[in-house]
Amino acid sequence: MLFTRYLFYFLTILALFSSTMVLASRKPIHSVLFLTLTFFAIAGHYILLNAQFLAVVHIIVYAGAIMVLFLFTVMLLNLNKDERSPKPAWVKIMAVIAGGMLMLTLIGVFRGYEGMTTADPSLTQIGLVKNLGRVLYHDYLLPFELSSILFLTAMVGAVLLGKKEQI
Amino acid sequence: MTAIPIDYYLIFCSILFCTGVIGVLIKRNALVILMSIELMINSINLLLAAFAAYTNDPAGQIFVFFIMVVAAAEVAIGLAIIVLIYRTTHSIDIHVLNKLKW
Repeated sequence: MLFTRYLFYFLTILALFSSTMVLASRKPIHSVLFLTLTFFAIAGHYILLNAQFLAVVHIIVYAGAIMVLFLFTVMLLNLNKDERSPKPAWVKIMAVIAGGMLMLTLIGVFRGYEGMTTADPSLTQIGLVKNLGRVLYHDYLLPFELSSILFLTAMVGAVLLGKKEQI
Repeated sequence: MTAIPIDYYLIFCSILFCTGVIGVLIKRNALVILMSIELMINSINLLLAAFAAYTNDPAGQIFVFFIMVVAAAEVAIGLAIIVLIYRTTHSIDIHVLNKLKW
């Protein structure tokens, strides 16, 4: 159990560090790579929560599909001349102060919260493919089918937007 | 109970969410802003999965699955729009896009 806790700390620090580096790096390609690292850390968190199905889907969808889309976009666009006229420093300072205030408020609200913990996450079986699949195809069948229509719409929209000639 | 307390997850996801908020505020590259939105979505997903695991309720993890579906569609459309913006203005700086500003 101590090992689990060390793993939790390690993944947390890794995710926070790489998400900070997403914002700190100047080139968009570095941001994309650090975002991939963040996604892998979050997938590790899913495995710690015994949500194996979500971990696999997270890696397939985010690290496999979304990151490739981002990388293709970064490489298609010529972004070498970025940050030509960066935001003034006071805007950045104000933004960081505002975000830090939000962070402090949330931490102050949530610190010491311990309600609603009725189960031990290392013993739950709900995250396995068998149990989640039963719930997904039994109770949530209609939203599952509707999401395919959403994907079809998104695909048609992306193709239409990406077309070369004028519509 | 020796498991990790739930408020650790709450605080971790709050910090990750605020990182995304700060990214949206300080960056002017539209691509990085989209990445910050992904960070926020991921923090919410992790929190939902954590509460589902701690309360033994599979509905929370199903919701995470649907949020991932919507996020994938959103990224596809968003990147198509960014490519279109780049094609018309030769920049993805959001300060070029001030035509709709009052």
